[in-house]
Amino acid sequence: MKITFKKSLIEQIKSHGLETYPLECCGFLFGKDHRNGRIVNEIRAATNSQQGDQRRRFEIDPLEYLKAERYALEKDITLVGIYHSHPDHPAIPSKHDLKQAVPFFSYLIMSVSKDEVKNITSWQLDQRRKFIEEKIEVINQFETYK
Amino acid sequence: MARIIIPTPLRKFTNNQSTIEVEAIDIRESIDALSSLYPDLKKQLLDDTGEIRKFVRIYLGDEDIKVLNNERTPVTDDAVISIVPAIAGGLA
Repeated sequence: MKITFKKSLIEQIKSHGLETYPLECCGFLFGKDHRNGRIVNEIRAATNSQQGDQRRRFEIDPLEYLKAERYALEKDITLVGIYHSHPDHPAIPSKHDLKQAVPFFSYLIMSVSKDEVKNITSWQLDQRRKFIEEKIEVINQFETYK
Repeated sequence: MARIIIPTPLRKFTNNQSTIEVEAIDIRESIDALSSLYPDLKKQLLDDTGEIRKFVRIYLGDEDIKVLNNERTPVTDDAVISIVPAIAGGLA
């Protein structure tokens, strides 16, 4: 499994994680799902609507989610995943991430500290509801992607 | 016919169809019609007692049916119904 991003999109995601630190950020990944992997060609920041401790949890309001699905339909693209940050913790899915995860989506997780994004990983659920890591490919232009 | 938007995580149960049209007078009939068309989707939406699962929200337009008349919320021919999975997570 592979997920491909244009470099500028990864930079946008990193900026979001640093802006919201020490709180978790979250957002949508839009693109296309292909047999040999998926391509993200647009991201959109979402509001963390978690009512509890946003340093440890995120939640996306259902209305914001359905608007993201509608947007994807209008643009004939696919909502392929969700990104979020783990402030001061590794970019590894937590038990809570696993409990809340839904099939199909790529879950991009970034480990962020006060000054830098330390690591970014991406994961998908398999048939047994276990997270499998997917390779992240970062390119300068989509034209170079085969 | 009311139109139901299927979220991407559930499209594998609808032969990858993103929207489905159903003939129904309310939300309950809409969900039942959808479940009849795609039986594998049914257990994703409904629990063993036939209730809509807790982690699934149903919206009519921009309104959660919970603030309307729940499953008995009437739907019109131009209604847009959305199935919304709970999206959450975090480091602990």
